[in-house]
Amino acid sequence: MASVPRSFLLLSIIPTILILCADFACCNTGRKTGDGLDTDFSGFSVPLEHSFEVDDVSRFRMRGALQLRGGRETSVSLSQSQLSEEDRNTLKEVAAVDGLYKIRVPRVSLTDRQTERQMDGYLTAFVRACSLVESHLSDVITLHTDVSGYLIGVSIVTIPGACRGTEVEDEVDLEAFNTTLTIIVPTNAPQPETALFIERMDIEHEKRGKPQEQKSFFAKYWYLILGGAIFLMASSSAQPSAGGAEEQQS
Amino acid sequence: MKPPAKMSKPTSLFVIFFSLFVMSEAVFEDQVGKFDWRQQYVGKTLFAHFDSHSQSSKKLFLATDKNIFASFNSRTGELFWRHVDKAGPEGTIDILLLHGQDALMVVGGGRLLRSWDTNMGGLNWEAVLDTGSFQAACFVAMQDTVKHVAVLKKAAISLHYLTNGHQKWVENLPDSDTVQYQAVYSGGEEEVYVLGVVPNSHLTIIAYSLEDGEIIKQRSVEAPWLSSVESSCVVVGHGVLMCVDTATLALYALPIQAEEAPQFNQILLQVTPVQPRLEVSPGFQPVLVSSQPHPARSPISEFFLQLGPDHHVLLQLNADGYTIAPLRDFQPAFLVSFSTTGEKTVAAVMTPKNETSDVFPPQLYVHAFLKKDDSVGYRVLVQTQDHALTFIQQPGRVVWTREEALADVVTMEMVDLPLTGTQAELEGEFGKKADGLFPMVLKRLSSQVILLQAWLAHLWKLFYEARKPHGQVKNEVTIETLSRDEFNLQKMMVMVTASGKLFGIDSKSGSILWKHYLENVQPNAVFKLIVQRTTAHFPHPPQCTLLIKDKDTGLASLHVFNPIFGRKSHIAPPALPRPILQSLLLPVIDQDYAKVLLLVDDQYKVTAFPSTKNVLQQLQEMASSIFFYLIRSDQGNLSGFRLRKDLSTERIWEVVLPTEVQKIVAVNGKRPNEHVHSQGRVMGDRSVLYKYLNPNLLAVVTESTDAHPERAFVGVFLVDGVTGRIIHEAVQRKARGPVHFVHSENWVVYEYWNTKSRRNEFSVLELFEGTELYNSTVFSSLDRPHLPQVLQQTYIFPSPITTMEATLTEKGITSRHLLVGLPSGAILSLPKMFLDPRRPEVVTEHSREENLIPYAPEMPIRTEWFINYNQTVARVKGIYTAPSGLESTCLVVAYGLDIYQTRVYPSKQFDVLKDDYDYVLISSVLFALFFATMISKRLAQVKLLNRAWR
Repeated sequence: MASVPRSFLLLSIIPTILILCADFACCNTGRKTGDGLDTDFSGFSVPLEHSFEVDDVSRFRMRGALQLRGGRETSVSLSQSQLSEEDRNTLKEVAAVDGLYKIRVPRVSLTDRQTERQMDGYLTAFVRACSLVESHLSDVITLHTDVSGYLIGVSIVTIPGACRGTEVEDEVDLEAFNTTLTIIVPTNAPQPETALFIERMDIEHEKRGKPQEQKSFFAKYWYLILGGAIFLMASSSAQPSAGGAEEQQS
Repeated sequence: MKPPAKMSKPTSLFVIFFSLFVMSEAVFEDQVGKFDWRQQYVGKTLFAHFDSHSQSSKKLFLATDKNIFASFNSRTGELFWRHVDKAGPEGTIDILLLHGQDALMVVGGGRLLRSWDTNMGGLNWEAVLDTGSFQAACFVAMQDTVKHVAVLKKAAISLHYLTNGHQKWVENLPDSDTVQYQAVYSGGEEEVYVLGVVPNSHLTIIAYSLEDGEIIKQRSVEAPWLSSVESSCVVVGHGVLMCVDTATLALYALPIQAEEAPQFNQILLQVTPVQPRLEVSPGFQPVLVSSQPHPARSPISEFFLQLGPDHHVLLQLNADGYTIAPLRDFQPAFLVSFSTTGEKTVAAVMTPKNETSDVFPPQLYVHAFLKKDDSVGYRVLVQTQDHALTFIQQPGRVVWTREEALADVVTMEMVDLPLTGTQAELEGEFGKKADGLFPMVLKRLSSQVILLQAWLAHLWKLFYEARKPHGQVKNEVTIETLSRDEFNLQKMMVMVTASGKLFGIDSKSGSILWKHYLENVQPNAVFKLIVQRTTAHFPHPPQCTLLIKDKDTGLASLHVFNPIFGRKSHIAPPALPRPILQSLLLPVIDQDYAKVLLLVDDQYKVTAFPSTKNVLQQLQEMASSIFFYLIRSDQGNLSGFRLRKDLSTERIWEVVLPTEVQKIVAVNGKRPNEHVHSQGRVMGDRSVLYKYLNPNLLAVVTESTDAHPERAFVGVFLVDGVTGRIIHEAVQRKARGPVHFVHSENWVVYEYWNTKSRRNEFSVLELFEGTELYNSTVFSSLDRPHLPQVLQQTYIFPSPITTMEATLTEKGITSRHLLVGLPSGAILSLPKMFLDPRRPEVVTEHSREENLIPYAPEMPIRTEWFINYNQTVARVKGIYTAPSGLESTCLVVAYGLDIYQTRVYPSKQFDVLKDDYDYVLISSVLFALFFATMISKRLAQVKLLNRAWR
């Protein structure tokens, strides 16, 4: 995915991975908005901007467009262009001074189209420019939403994440982003598992309890009682003289 | 994400007998009070009465702003008994009246009328009053005996029997929507007078018949200058209402009982034939003070007029009821009070002795009594601004002082005590810079001499004390004798109270070693106590910094002090002209070993303290690796910043939680002094599950704005404070706060209210990196691309909780316990073992190997887990834990209304020999074995020699 001929530089659009969370459907239950909206809902796109400057003053430029599809099956895809030669040089320079590479997305709601444009402000994240360069632009961008589908945070990490100071010689490595995109919705925290516990206790109780309840005391310990009785009888019949002798002696 | 635990044969016996290997911990009877102490407080006094029932009584009754009714021993200041009512407006004590053996109290803004037996502190009766806000109450006497109490509400007056609280009658007040009824008066006649005012118009006097509540008289008096009866009028003499007009500075007198159309008689202050002339201080509202010694009789005709903050005049109403005569002028005099015994009345006047007295006393209570020789004796109770309660006896002797500011501790720290003089001397020797061989030798010799001297002094002291009887030798803890003990179990507790008073308390005995009152602390101030330099850097004194921030304006100031002696440091704190948003303590130290404190103002500029050249240089070098976060909970905004070389900042990340959905209620990082001993957990199959130990992790707890029980939720976000990455995001459905949580090591424990099942639940989150560490040598938030595994489990907790904290030990080897403060005042030490998301539902060989307790949905509360046995801590607000020098021991301080200090041993005292350890046996066995070896060796040698000869 990395090496694209240079002539296609501006035209080439790299579709990247779309991932969704499987249990979003169950997260929907508590939501107050959007239950009716997510049936026939076509995706919309928001800009993904990035900034990397040697003087660390943020100047955000377009990096790509995020295609968001809200509703029951939340999904996201990213179309982004390649880095220009100028950008590549800047990125390398920023990496050399241990500057930051920042990205931002506008605050939007995935479910409620009305409020989509009204919310102001951006969600920002950063990664060290050197690690982006050394990872050959392979980054993982994660979008976080809250329970009602608002985007609340974005994060970017590179794999590998370390800066080891290795030189990236090949210009081709810095042309195209190799982005993994994820949307994470909040997981539902577990409730106390009373039902399962009671069920298990019942099963165990049955297993253990049944034979005990049916058997009576004699039925359970008949062999002991019998054994004891036999032993007593045997001992009393076998050694009457010995016992008697002792008694007489004392 | 549950641990894969499935096996065909579940063993059930395990469920029942798991308690066998969970250690139990309890206090033995002879250990009570050995390592722990409790101090009980009541708060700031609102009403105080002396028990004048009998001459020799030593009781003192107080009602306080903490909704407490308490009785003290006036000889010692000890608490006899104390009744703690509900916190908040529901339990507010509106008034406390004392008559004979009955203490009458109106509680909760006129909700309840209570009568207490002052002898034993038992409740005589309690009557529910009609709704309406409380205005005033007084005893009503008939034929010289007090039988009733009158309670005035906004729109009604009721009379209750003193014996059983039954209502005699209740009457609605006429025109209560226009007239503000503010006072009730009874002078022992057949009538009860209610005084109301229409501000700046007229005064209304209604006389009710005592028998049936019938209105006997109702009159209105023109009083266009009067705005409030409560603040400017008193009754003096035989039912004469004396009012002061603050605008024209005139006194007005009006006989309440007058038959014909009454009128106020004006007595202009300026033109009264008073010598010297009375003048009111500019901007001061004159106040009248009078006294009614017995409800069956009229008030005395003498009264005080306060003309300025420090100026009082004692005046007397003449028998004609229209003219006043001046008796004496008191200036300066801050406080005045009356007290009567028998026929004699004492007027107490408090004058400042020197100008420097900074603690201005706002309240004064005097108790006069007749001595055997018929002279008048007195006792005085003074409540000062710093909430100290002082009891003074006749010749001006302070009998006792109670520091009631400690009833409202806001924050605290424990600081190690300094080394003893000799140890410090040794330390100092090595601490100083070397300057040649000869001076070093001299220095060594001199310190050896000092050591010898100290040792001889110690021997002499031992010898001297040995001659005394044993009981007399008391180890009084004073500030001079403070020194660290062998295991660092004794520490200095630095407590910051809401009133702005700082205390240094010895953790072993609980005695207050120093106190410091900070003036001009706003009542809504927020405090943050920071230990900048510990005691470890001799000869530099330890240094604490208190950040005092006004909640409304955000403006802050710093108070730098020595935590051992309480003295203000000579180091000048930086001026902070702008509101402070965040403060952070860096691990960077200056040349004097003080940690650097960074303060971020509202323009995101950073101020460093201390800001020496050395520090600024270090900060410049490290700037790119200093990150901090800011939280604006009103906007739901979390943002991260990075420091620039010029101490400005740049915003590098931003997370926004929309406030329409949820609001941030609490954010908690980890404690910086926490040590984690083991990096991972060994599992049953001998593989290691590594913990995700991110020191920058923040736990953010939110609550939904939607309060509907079905839709309410509690959100838990784990955010990296450096990168702003949301590590985990979980939502607890059908849950509501208040949320209490603890964030430590690799786990977060939180407690919430389940709205569906209507119960409290505990949830635990644990983070693991997995079976492989990403980078085992160092943790960096910037280089941790993989998200941790998150395990979570939830349990039912059978009690609500008020606060929660985790134990802390020196090296983190000891297993952790959670200390849970319950509303009952008990402090529960809950083993973390029970809050482990890896507790299996089905017991397997592996889980048994790991000592995991099988999952049970309900968390037990065992009474032996209560670390404070019967020493309950009322209204526990916070628990502070500190490590001691012993790995097994953690020092615990619980504070609220009371302060309780103890030690806990989460894994028992594995590093301490028992008290009854048999040294003699062990050493004799050792010696015997040693000699046996020697002898047998010798014998063996002889035998070998003999064999060789053969």
